[in-house]
Amino acid sequence: MITQPEETTAAYQTVVGLEVHVQLLTQSKLFCRCSTKFGAPPNTQTCPVCTGMPGALPVMNREAFRLSLKTAIALDLHIPQFTKWDRKNYFYPDSPRGYQISQFDLPLSEHGFLHISDPQGAFPPKKIRILRAHLEDDAGKSLHDEAAGKADSRIDLNRAGTPLLEIVSEPDMRSAQEARAYLTELKLLLTYLGVSDCNMQEGSLRVDANVNIHMQVDGEKIATPIVEIKNLNSFRAVERAVVYEAQRQYELWRETGKKLGDAPKQTRGWDDQAQLTRAQRHKEESSDYRYFPDPDLAPVLTSAEEVEKLKAAMIQRPAELRSRLQTDYALDAHDADVIVNQGRLFVDYFIAVAEKSGSGKLAGNWIQQSVLRYLNEQEIGIGEFDISAAALAEMIDLIQSGELASSRAKDVFAEMLNAKTTAPEAMKTLGIEAVDDSTLVTLCQSLLDDNPRIVADVQGGKQQAVGALIGQAKKKNPNANPSEVRKICLRLIDAM
Amino acid sequence: MSSLVEQTATELQRRLQASEVSAVEVASAFLDRIASHDDKIGAFLSVWREQALERAADVDRRRAAGKPVGLLAGLPVAVKDVFCTRGELTTCASKMLEHFRPPYDATVVEKIEAADGIILGKTNMDEFAMGGSTENSAYRPTHNPWDNERVPGGSSGGAAAAVAAQMAPLSVGTDTGGSIRQPAAFCGVVGLKPTYGRVSRRGLVAFASSLDQAGPLARTAADAALLLEVIAGHDPRDSTSADAPVARYSQTVSQPLEKLRIGIVREHLGAGLHAEIAAAVEEAIQVWKDLGAQIQEISLPHNEYAIATYYIIAPCEASSNLARYDGVHYGYRTDETKMLAQLAAERKAAEGNPARLEEIDTPLVRMYRQSRSEGFGAEVKRRVMLGAYALSAGYYDAYYLKALKVRRLIRQDFDQAFAKVDVIMGPTTPTPAYRLGEKAADPLASYLGDTYTVSANLAGICSLSTPCGFTQSGLPIGLQLQAPALEEDRLLRAAHMYQTATDWRLRRP
Ligand SMILES: [Zn+2]
Repeated sequence: MITQPEETTAAYQTVVGLEVHVQLLTQSKLFCRCSTKFGAPPNTQTCPVCTGMPGALPVMNREAFRLSLKTAIALDLHIPQFTKWDRKNYFYPDSPRGYQISQFDLPLSEHGFLHISDPQGAFPPKKIRILRAHLEDDAGKSLHDEAAGKADSRIDLNRAGTPLLEIVSEPDMRSAQEARAYLTELKLLLTYLGVSDCNMQEGSLRVDANVNIHMQVDGEKIATPIVEIKNLNSFRAVERAVVYEAQRQYELWRETGKKLGDAPKQTRGWDDQAQLTRAQRHKEESSDYRYFPDPDLAPVLTSAEEVEKLKAAMIQRPAELRSRLQTDYALDAHDADVIVNQGRLFVDYFIAVAEKSGSGKLAGNWIQQSVLRYLNEQEIGIGEFDISAAALAEMIDLIQSGELASSRAKDVFAEMLNAKTTAPEAMKTLGIEAVDDSTLVTLCQSLLDDNPRIVADVQGGKQQAVGALIGQAKKKNPNANPSEVRKICLRLIDAM
Repeated sequence: MSSLVEQTATELQRRLQASEVSAVEVASAFLDRIASHDDKIGAFLSVWREQALERAADVDRRRAAGKPVGLLAGLPVAVKDVFCTRGELTTCASKMLEHFRPPYDATVVEKIEAADGIILGKTNMDEFAMGGSTENSAYRPTHNPWDNERVPGGSSGGAAAAVAAQMAPLSVGTDTGGSIRQPAAFCGVVGLKPTYGRVSRRGLVAFASSLDQAGPLARTAADAALLLEVIAGHDPRDSTSADAPVARYSQTVSQPLEKLRIGIVREHLGAGLHAEIAAAVEEAIQVWKDLGAQIQEISLPHNEYAIATYYIIAPCEASSNLARYDGVHYGYRTDETKMLAQLAAERKAAEGNPARLEEIDTPLVRMYRQSRSEGFGAEVKRRVMLGAYALSAGYYDAYYLKALKVRRLIRQDFDQAFAKVDVIMGPTTPTPAYRLGEKAADPLASYLGDTYTVSANLAGICSLSTPCGFTQSGLPIGLQLQAPALEEDRLLRAAHMYQTATDWRLRRP
């Protein structure tokens, strides 16, 4: 039985910095023309360049660089005019050149930030600083069984050379929730930008977490040695690993008293099965990557005009959309958050419905309560949803004009989905039509005439007795609006 | 009429065009020469006899049918074994790549074949182009055709010896610190190192990427011009390739240069220079004066640091470039059965001793170690270690970064010099060809042989060596000419002018 350690906030402060590797949505690899498509048979998407053949030379993929700049701008990172490529030297079977092409001291962007918040208020809104974002090429995948005496290793280089943008945050997060909120917001932003599909299962978004804890002991600030956690394959894993690791470090500190600087940075792997972090073998790890500028590639120059052009073309980011939905469509913060978090297509859907129906509030309610619930039940996206924005707006119009009673609108919505039809058609099928006042008064009068005991009860002060009449009214005329029936009956009894 | 193998490429080209001789006859003549002479010389690592004859026959057929043929149509070319040739052995004279057949052709090879040049085979070299004598070949040394007891120079020793011994009229070599010019000087042929980026490096197995450059070796400047015209030019698949127009060198080479201003570096004619070479250079200065050139003394103040700078930058890049030879994906891998047995024995011996067990390599690490130890020769290992050391944390600033700064100063020296003169002239090498084994035990002495050549690589300019005399004992002497970046045309025309005024190039071993 594994017990989940509880974070004892009084004892220590958790400090987290995140390194996120994002696979960019390019057709081809960073330094060759091979496809980046996921799932092809092993080693079918390779060439002399990405397999590190002698004499093969890299040529930069401009599109990958453009997508990186776009991301950098969205994260308010500064983009210097000059950036270069460096070789990070290390031996590993999935790195066929023996070095990774990355960026060391002059990354393509640095010093930006991302705002995070929690609608439930788990932590106050805050700004997470981003140290840098740089481009590098991915390694291949190796599968090996290094059991003693046995050496069966297989390597797939399809992924080798895929463009990765590494986004490194400052250690600004103070809890597992903040770490998760940062990742969620970052992923949302990247999908809005269309620079990555952020699919963690396919490895297009990978996270390493740097964790330590800070404590106040006898008025002195103490920090534990920093640990880098790898193998984090979901946001949930990140959350759990951070909580686990903070507690582990706390216990270790109590045991050994080792502080930051007493031990080198350690790398640990998250074991999702066992729900704990384990020290990784450092024998094959090289701490000295012998970085130096890659002589095969020219430095990249980015003009101010190029940056300005990209800035001008920048889409509205999630944070901007949230405030826009609040000001333009009268949504509250929570509703705006829910809608924006569904992604750009969903927001577009909402805006179209709100614009066409003229009611942001109603559009927001319907979309959150009915549309979103349906999408979740069916596990589909808004792109596969059968009711167009115009059709939903038309339904909302009918409600607003009184032609469709709110009490029947849910049935109409269900019928629209069921029959893939419009609101007026659905209403016809369901036999829904607006009941005018005089018809309702006649209906109510006949009900009162038939039920003198109820009339007497109401007159005796038991107003709730009128409820029994509403059911009868619905039976006689399904289009009768219950609250109208109640109101009219009470008025008629009052006048008796 | 002299035999085919004695003729220059330009002369052969004329005769082929006039149908006085067929491409098959030319190819056969050189292949026969290789068959009869290369045992003694060792210039070739592989000979493509059948393909060469087939290609030659194809050229003959197309020419006879009146179809267009390329600039090199029917001309044999030897290619240094550092260029990738699709499906054909490309060893870099290393045990590491003993059985390696690349899946693609180097751009240089593609261009030669597209111009209908007939590749005769691959030439010997110092392993991974590291060395100046071709003694570092893992397979066999190459012997200097002028004196078989002596080295042909290196690393393009096979390329130079093949031309000198009349086994090929043209060959392609590579020059990282003098590897075309120095063997050209030792073997009495013309060798041109083009401007960095002038010839594509794609498919040239990298030694030091910021210095490597491919170039022609030939008997005359006109022949070198012909081959350079074919292999030069922008290659979008090489990010460091120069996007600059290529002159019709073979057409312009015979045009004399008016009022040529030639710079002489006085320090280069002083201490450390072999007396007979100094005399030959002085004689060349007189030839130029007679040709109407203006001779001027210039200074390259940082040149004295060129060797030190070079032997930091080149090994640093090499240590990274050669990391790919790790026994995993291709190339030499240690005998795994033996290796695993050895590891098992080591583990058994350390049983019960956790500290010692911890020290034993994993199979992967042992495979890397052993494959590289066994696959690379001594000079390659020496340079990989030098480079890895200079790049490591704590040393980077003092070595690599400092070297980059000096490199910039060396380049500035040339910029200033070329503001005053058109061409810089001096000796190619401090000594003539030395004896096999003479410097094998003293790598530093062999590194100093690059004294006059490395600065051109560091500065990225173009430079050429042309024969300018012989020692008393009959060893060739090379004259180095240097010109600003992308001025190969000037360099070739100057060399041609000099050659028409002298007859050193006509001597045969
Ligand atoms: Zn590729």
